[in-house]
Amino acid sequence: MEFFHKVTRFPFMRTRRVWYGLSAVLIIGSFALVLARGLNLGVDFTGGVVVETSFPQAPNIDQLRAALAKADFPAAQVQAFGSSRDILVRLPPDPNAKGDQIGARIIDVFKSIDPGAKLQRTEVVGPQVGKELFEKGGYALVATLVFILIYVLFRFTFKLACGAILAVLHDPICVIGFFALSQVTFDLTAIAAILAVIGYSLNDTVIVFDRIRERARTARKLGIAQVIDESINQTLSRTLMTKLVTLLVVVALLIFGGETLHGFSAALVIGIIAGTYSSIYISAALALDFGLHTTDLLERKLNKPEEVDGLP
Amino acid sequence: MISYPRWKMVLVGVLFLIGILLALPNVFGEESALQLVRDRAVVTEQDRSSVEQLLASKAIKPDGAFLDQGRLTLRFASKQDQLKARDVITEARPNDFTIALTQASRVPEWMRNLGLSPLKLGLDLRGGVYLVYEVDVEGAVHQLLDHREQDFRASLRNAKVPYKDVQIDYAARRVRVLFRDAESLAKGRDAILSDNRSLHLTEVSVDGAPAVQLELSPQEIKERQDYAVQQNITILRNRLNSPELAVSEPQVAREGVNRIAIQLPGLQNSAEVKRILGKTATLEFRMVDENNNALEAASTGHVPLGSKLYYTRDKQPVLLKRDVVVTGDQLTDASFQPNTQEGPAVSVSLDSRAASKMLRNTEENIGHQMAVVFIDRSREKNAQGVEVDKVSEEVINRATIRGVFSSNFQITGINPIEGRELALLLRAGGLAAPLTPVEERAIGPSLGQDNIDKGIHAMVFGTLAAFLFMLIYYKLFGLVADVVLVFNVVLLVALLSLVGAALTLPGIAAVVLTVGMAVDANILIYERIREELRTGVTPRAAITAGFDRAFSAIADSNVTALIAGVVLWLFGAGAVRGFAVVLVLGILTSLFTALMGTRTLVQLIYGGKRKVERLSI
Repeated sequence: MEFFHKVTRFPFMRTRRVWYGLSAVLIIGSFALVLARGLNLGVDFTGGVVVETSFPQAPNIDQLRAALAKADFPAAQVQAFGSSRDILVRLPPDPNAKGDQIGARIIDVFKSIDPGAKLQRTEVVGPQVGKELFEKGGYALVATLVFILIYVLFRFTFKLACGAILAVLHDPICVIGFFALSQVTFDLTAIAAILAVIGYSLNDTVIVFDRIRERARTARKLGIAQVIDESINQTLSRTLMTKLVTLLVVVALLIFGGETLHGFSAALVIGIIAGTYSSIYISAALALDFGLHTTDLLERKLNKPEEVDGLP
Repeated sequence: MISYPRWKMVLVGVLFLIGILLALPNVFGEESALQLVRDRAVVTEQDRSSVEQLLASKAIKPDGAFLDQGRLTLRFASKQDQLKARDVITEARPNDFTIALTQASRVPEWMRNLGLSPLKLGLDLRGGVYLVYEVDVEGAVHQLLDHREQDFRASLRNAKVPYKDVQIDYAARRVRVLFRDAESLAKGRDAILSDNRSLHLTEVSVDGAPAVQLELSPQEIKERQDYAVQQNITILRNRLNSPELAVSEPQVAREGVNRIAIQLPGLQNSAEVKRILGKTATLEFRMVDENNNALEAASTGHVPLGSKLYYTRDKQPVLLKRDVVVTGDQLTDASFQPNTQEGPAVSVSLDSRAASKMLRNTEENIGHQMAVVFIDRSREKNAQGVEVDKVSEEVINRATIRGVFSSNFQITGINPIEGRELALLLRAGGLAAPLTPVEERAIGPSLGQDNIDKGIHAMVFGTLAAFLFMLIYYKLFGLVADVVLVFNVVLLVALLSLVGAALTLPGIAAVVLTVGMAVDANILIYERIREELRTGVTPRAAITAGFDRAFSAIADSNVTALIAGVVLWLFGAGAVRGFAVVLVLGILTSLFTALMGTRTLVQLIYGGKRKVERLSI
């Protein structure tokens, strides 16, 4: 089986303004969403308490909320988690209460409503730790981008590297926009997913660039725009196939991985789609607009002094 | 004829076999087990046979028994046997072992002897408690200043040098001794230095009074803080390993500058453990000031110089001398005696220095009273929400010294619960600085199992989808990719088992992701081969060219993913680090398997002498 019997001939470079427009909309939209709705930060970052419980039958959430309010937890957020029998309780960080025994106290309240209630998980994160984890996550993002920039600079020309990095920035922004839109909990695993997306999205870009460099050296008569177009078209089947397979497994994670991995898998799905799009439509196009020229890609020959044989 | 060096093919084969061997321990599963630990001693081969005999006499046969790092692990076929065995051992050998209920792998003896072990599961898969404590390193510096102040007072008193006052300034991190005149200053400085030559003292003048000053250098402060964290780690380890808390395989590690992370796999109820871990209780022995009236001091608030006012448990005031005879950290051993003639008691042993001091003290003071002070520190928020140290000091016992004693004696005047805890705390040592809990994550065992199931489902369906896709899209080459993919997962599991990295749920996600990414390299190669075929070259030339030309793209693309993985490894905490470890190792194994494994298989299929008409791709 083969989806791409012939090499496609999509005019990516000619239509690039359209794709810039689309990306601009995505990026501005993401920023607007983050500003308007904010991120639903997880307990990892805000500090506070999360208690996960399970019931034999689906409980009445209002009843649980009322019972908790009466038991001195007025600020408790109660919500179903995954299934209607799994109940998640979230408490803001409380400077006066020690994290001690909160899980046990909450499950006692729930047991008075349904004796079959079970405590599944407790997480208590101090506000200071939350702040630090958030900062660390930010550092990790920046460090990854810097290291990748250094690598791409080292491996390709400056203009290509700039295109790659700008295109790569586009992907985590889309993912964060998605988190703002869906209000899926943004926690440490979401940061992990974003970093994986950065690494992975660049992977496609690098493969396209690799081909551009190769084509530029073999087909010197062609203009750079044509070289780029051909390179993207030639690698298109590979780009789409690999992303398709990865999407397949990530969707399996999304479906079967459970609540804990939900945000993580969702971030990967969005990130992989955004990454594939940006490496096809954006990265090389940006390099072209930065003034990339075929001669930038030719191997630099070392200037060896010609050996001069002794004159006859 | 396509050529591929034979040594590379052999390497692939050898690594494949090693991979299978290393990954093999994971197929045996786990069963209920008991872990026997001795306090401060290793469990020996002799203990093992005697315990086995004991169990045999009650018709309980363990599935397996092995010694590892001084712990004896006994595996049982059923939960009932496990519990029964615990009761039998506790009954027959009451104070010999700490017994913890746990799970152990069914790995056969010969594999264990080869050092092969299954993957460790993270707390989110196994259930358990993860605690992070912050060490109050500032408090440790304060303690050092306190010690210095006490040392100075003792040196000056022993040398009989008059002085005005000893002042501590915590913020400036210094201790000052104020004197009346230059002569006593010179004598005082000599007295202090003769007791501790390493001190660096400077002379200053405070409000016209001559004084010597000790200021901690930044390096001393940093050393003290490091020491406090290290010391606390040791002490937490001791406490977790004591028989009073039966915890299996506790892990204590430093995290960052001033934090300590503790993993307690399988632990259900953390309340007891947390209460013990955070305790700073200790003892002090002081002589009673019998020359002054304690009641009077309490009512007037005027405490005589050289004494300090304390209260007993029933709120009676007592005046004790400021000099400490012996402190709790000079104890070498402590054990709880539930039934002595005077009720519950704690037997203690002193180190040699404290013992000689106690000997001298009891010789000089026969007929006088000595008191035991119980000190418990806790951190609390005051009305303004600022954390303050709350120190409760109670006199638990006052007794007249009737005879001379040195290193071994008993302390009475406590209730049984306190006695048990005090013995544990004294034996494990006092915390060098107070601890505050800053993070706690507890996962129930059923949720852990649930997470494993979910992870395995995701892995199976994800891998299956990738398999089918490759098979349909690339036919025989797809099958090769699938075989290589299995090889990749085996190698990854082998590597993880080898390095002993704990597998977490995000780790499983990384395995799934690796499967997706490993296919990437194969697709790159295959698409390249198809491209070459389209240009009309022979099948074998297409294979060679496909592998060669795809190499730089594969290398480049994996390096970027590797960068992201390594950064995540360095910055990430907890579960995220679990993801990063698997991601990084997965990239390495998939690089190897896609480049060399695939090539080897393709070589075996198409590399013979017969002519290849077309490729199944």
